[in-house]
Amino acid sequence: MDPHRRAAHAGHVDGNVLAGALGRLFGGEPTELIAVCGSCGTAARVAEARVEIDDSVAIVRCRTCTRTMLTLMFAEEPPRLVVSSLGELRGG
Amino acid sequence: MVAPRTWSVAHVAEATTATPHARILTVDVPGWPGNLPGQHVDVRLTAEDGYQAVRSYSLGSSGPGERLELAVDEVPDGEVSPYLVRDVQPGDQLEVLGPLGGYFVWRESDPAPVQLIAGGSGIVPLRAIARARAEARTKQPFRLLYSVKSAEDAIYRDDVTTLGEQGIGVTWAYTREAPTGWGGKVGRLMAETLAEAVWSVADAPTFYVCGPTGFVEFVAGQLVHIGHDPAHIKTERFGG
Repeated sequence: MDPHRRAAHAGHVDGNVLAGALGRLFGGEPTELIAVCGSCGTAARVAEARVEIDDSVAIVRCRTCTRTMLTLMFAEEPPRLVVSSLGELRGG
Repeated sequence: MVAPRTWSVAHVAEATTATPHARILTVDVPGWPGNLPGQHVDVRLTAEDGYQAVRSYSLGSSGPGERLELAVDEVPDGEVSPYLVRDVQPGDQLEVLGPLGGYFVWRESDPAPVQLIAGGSGIVPLRAIARARAEARTKQPFRLLYSVKSAEDAIYRDDVTTLGEQGIGVTWAYTREAPTGWGGKVGRLMAETLAEAVWSVADAPTFYVCGPTGFVEFVAGQLVHIGHDPAHIKTERFGG
């Protein structure tokens, strides 16, 4: 059953119900995901985003409007992702 | 869901000088799952005081097996590349994470003509793609445009020279100094040179453009300008 429909029926459930859908979204190659800018709406593969990088942080910007969509603290173990102006993430 | 990726130990097997500023490192990674042509790895170095630095390097090799080839161009005042180009020796260990990337890769099943365009060390993943074509024994039409400062700055120079014998059309562009007898014009890659070197719009090629950010932006912009489909222009920017 569609998770949203199930939620409508049952009041609410918990995040376990997301396992299948999130696995389908994140289980593949992450740079193939399409990031949609929450500011201007540009949709592009993560691989095509504009990235400013130093020793510990990668700032992921929209290639069109340059708003920061994500910030990845890749030197941390495990890494940490801060979400900013990311409107949508969908399978590539 | 895939398990989180972890670092693997890489044993340096060979270190070969490629240019005055670059070296090709052959490393053995036990358990390496193989990689597609065009993929890269993250390399992590740890100093004695625990300080760690991570950089991404393209692989010049692809396919099955646990032996990989990295080609590293020295970034002046860099933290990682001078060590890899000047100091690291066979027997030393590094840490690698990969194979990484699923966008800037060539798959044998893609039937489109392929146009490879490299600026400087951007040749590394393109060399993996060209070699994969040779190993696949496909007659798929391939061309390469390789822009370098001078012949001696060309990583994989000998490999690229032999690509012509495998049916890949190679065009060189020299930005500072050309070999004696070369007929072209020395200087920054020009729009006309680019347009003449690549497959036509009617051929509907897939482009792989790799190099410094400014180079890639220029090339991709020009390709779109002359009518190529942006969806078929794959780019990888090295910064700089």
